[in-house]
Amino acid sequence: MNQYPLWKNLLILGIVLTGLVLALPNLFSQDPSIEVSAARGGHVTAVTAVEIRAALEGAQVPIKRIDPLAGGKLLLRFAISGDQLHAQEVIENTLSDRYRSALTLSADLPRWVRALGLRPMNLGLDLRGGIYVLIDVDMDVALDQALERHVEDIRTQLRDAKVRYVTVAREKGRVVVKFADVESRDAGEKIIAKEFRDLKMQVLEQEGEFLVTVAQTPAQQKQIQDFALQQNIITLRNRVNALGVAEPIIARQGDRRIVVQLPGAQDPGRLKEILGATATLEYRLVDTEHSAADAEAGRAAVGSRLYKTRDGKPVLLKRRVIATGDQITDASSGFDSQSGTPMVSVSLDAPGGRRMREMTTENVGRPMAVVFIENRTTTKQVDGKSVKRTEKVEEVISVATIREPFGRRFQTTGLDSAEEAHNLALLLRSGALAAPIRIVEERTVGPSLGQDNIDKGVRSVLVGFFLVCVFMGIYYRVFGLIANLALLANVVLLVAILAAIQATLTLPGIAGILLTVGMAVDANVLIYERIREELRNGNSVQAAIYTGYDKAMATIIDSNVTTMIAAVVLFSFGTGPVKGFAITLFFGILTSMFTAVIGSRAIVNLMYGHRRLTSLPI
Amino acid sequence: MELFKRTNIDFLYIRWPAIWLSSLINLIGIGSFIFLGFNFGLDFTGGTVVEVGYAQTANLVQVCSALADGGFKEAGVQHFGSTREVLIRLPPVAAGTGSTLGDRVIAALSTSPEVGEVKLRRVEFVGSQVGGELIEQGGLAILYTLIGILIYVAVRFEWRFAVGAVIATVHDVIVVLAVFSIFQIEFDLTALAAVLAIIGYSLNDTVVIYDRIRENFRRVRKGTVIEVVDLSINETLSRTIITHGVTMLAVLALYFLGGQVIHGFALAFLVGIVTGTYSSIYVASSSVVLLGITRADLLPALKGGPGVDARP
Repeated sequence: MNQYPLWKNLLILGIVLTGLVLALPNLFSQDPSIEVSAARGGHVTAVTAVEIRAALEGAQVPIKRIDPLAGGKLLLRFAISGDQLHAQEVIENTLSDRYRSALTLSADLPRWVRALGLRPMNLGLDLRGGIYVLIDVDMDVALDQALERHVEDIRTQLRDAKVRYVTVAREKGRVVVKFADVESRDAGEKIIAKEFRDLKMQVLEQEGEFLVTVAQTPAQQKQIQDFALQQNIITLRNRVNALGVAEPIIARQGDRRIVVQLPGAQDPGRLKEILGATATLEYRLVDTEHSAADAEAGRAAVGSRLYKTRDGKPVLLKRRVIATGDQITDASSGFDSQSGTPMVSVSLDAPGGRRMREMTTENVGRPMAVVFIENRTTTKQVDGKSVKRTEKVEEVISVATIREPFGRRFQTTGLDSAEEAHNLALLLRSGALAAPIRIVEERTVGPSLGQDNIDKGVRSVLVGFFLVCVFMGIYYRVFGLIANLALLANVVLLVAILAAIQATLTLPGIAGILLTVGMAVDANVLIYERIREELRNGNSVQAAIYTGYDKAMATIIDSNVTTMIAAVVLFSFGTGPVKGFAITLFFGILTSMFTAVIGSRAIVNLMYGHRRLTSLPI
Repeated sequence: MELFKRTNIDFLYIRWPAIWLSSLINLIGIGSFIFLGFNFGLDFTGGTVVEVGYAQTANLVQVCSALADGGFKEAGVQHFGSTREVLIRLPPVAAGTGSTLGDRVIAALSTSPEVGEVKLRRVEFVGSQVGGELIEQGGLAILYTLIGILIYVAVRFEWRFAVGAVIATVHDVIVVLAVFSIFQIEFDLTALAAVLAIIGYSLNDTVVIYDRIRENFRRVRKGTVIEVVDLSINETLSRTIITHGVTMLAVLALYFLGGQVIHGFALAFLVGIVTGTYSSIYVASSSVVLLGITRADLLPALKGGPGVDARP
């Protein structure tokens, strides 16, 4: 007799039911939406919704619904993405002084589904529209800049030690120091070896010249490259927030590339303006004689200017600049050797160092601030014409008290976390050391194409699935219907897994789902053909079912592992859409094995396992 | 319903003509790679593609002249999917400047009122460097997949089976690529994904037949090697045809309804299913016979094998 124990049946039922629940959110439509939050210092109140509704009505933009969101935000839902983009324009033009808007896509889920914390699958950019950009960071320049800093440092060190040299120059990825004679070279070598312990040093003698060359070790080069990448990622992250996209993705790809994904965004021109922004830094003294609150109320002190920190707190700074970003030669984070707290150590060039010494000697005990300045060019549509505007964004990124006079090298301590120190160091370096970036790949998908892709994808899956089911029903009769149930469970489980791990669904991914249906059929066909064979060979019905499943099992596993290998390679090699395909293929194989081998067996057992039969409807 | 009851076809009787045919097809394919090359899509060549949509049928001549006025004389223009969608191709340019081309194309088209109101559907710009890297990575991906499969089949079966499986898979990859090369169908990233998936899929079929060959070598005591292999192919024939027929139904739905973007993918799969079925019988199985497999090669695995019978 073919019977599963009760626990096994319940387990299978449990898995399928869980799958149904997890897959459920995908049945609801995803609305193009706008997230509205308050601008700095403001609040979203009950009036906000009324205000926005009025503004949109005035511009004749139909809105579906306004939902409150956690964290004092509002979600405006629209029926089509054209309305959504239009609405964002309206909000930016009329209410941008008080509210910020960000494009997003939000499933219209009933409250109880939301309460269970269920989410639909992520849609890839090819399905929901948006901008994908691959940015290449010029590492050669980053490495050269680092060498250039060493050139400066070596010159100063030798001069300070009164060692005579002929030239110090950067040459083919290394610093070459030329000396006139052996004595000065040996003296120079000692100083360089002492000051630049971690660099690769070589002593040469050629054509009557006495040389010392200094080069970066591979480990150092790797570190410099990592730093350049991270620095760019941090600055990009700060800038991209200004684009009004709810879930921007900015991630490192490989050794020198950065991926930026802006779901829902439609204007690659604006992104490029943002990427092209230039940044610089200024060290200024904090004005402690006057109050920032007075300045905020409009009574600014002479010789001072009001700035704001990143969280919107006002700071009054003196107008005189102590040092600028291009005078910073290095900045790195670490831990203070005395207190063990996170710190950032900064090096300035010679003029910057002199000025810093003068100012700090006079102002011990007073606070000093670092201002981060970005110049952004923005193009806005005004009365149908595009107007270019250069915008200067200034933010105070650090305020620290001067403990004692210092010059070229100093440390900022008392930072809250290692991460804060790390980010500050990256920002400080960005003033002078930004490695140039360029766009090497860009894909913009309009919302209409995205919707088209979804419609076509879904339609082909439905039609394909229907055809397969009809065929199976005709060819294997009752067993075909059982296979169809298993196929359906397979698709449900696959969608459930993809939603649960928040995988991104792409158009090739949809194709992958359909292919999985084909593969799942294969497992059923293998089993049923085997059962038929066993019946033909004169075995009893129950024995045929048992051997059929049993023998087909090994074959199914063997044959699926090969596809699994292909899926894993695809995943590790592919990007974007192809990765989406690999993920669906991988999990599709797993779910298809489960539903075809265990799921359909359970149904067969329940229907036929306990009966004495002379034939099977197969 | 049962279409194939007990067949008894001497598949391997024509193994030599089949081998010559396969070799010929493969030679033609390789010749085509060399002389015709591939019509690589944007993903691999680099360049810019702009897809725009119009409210009504777009006149390509007008679109062309509007683009020429805007400074794009070398733009390739074609309908894409329907007559209301137009695909504009621009040749690769120096990196760094390419990313603004899409914006300029839209500007050129929207200043020419005679072509009608234009709507941007997508812009894709790929730097030529990135494209080159993709070709290299794609080739490596195919290679890694083959190596992974070679190892797996060698461990689970025997080295002759592994070699046969890889020959069959390489055969399938060449045939699919040959179709793209000979008919100069655009080969893009999704088509490459399909080729990799076909490697897995075609092998799936081969492994099913191998499984049966192994089983029959252990079970059927009489008969020559060729007879046993033929028996195994006959026994799995019904499954082979039903499975591929059903998968074909699904892929046909993709091909006709999935839209232009997925066309290359579906086509690669359609070709892959046909050649995969053929190659499992005439390439994979013939190779094993030609490599001199004997019953004795598979018998020791019965006891010391990696636990076929121990599986749940």
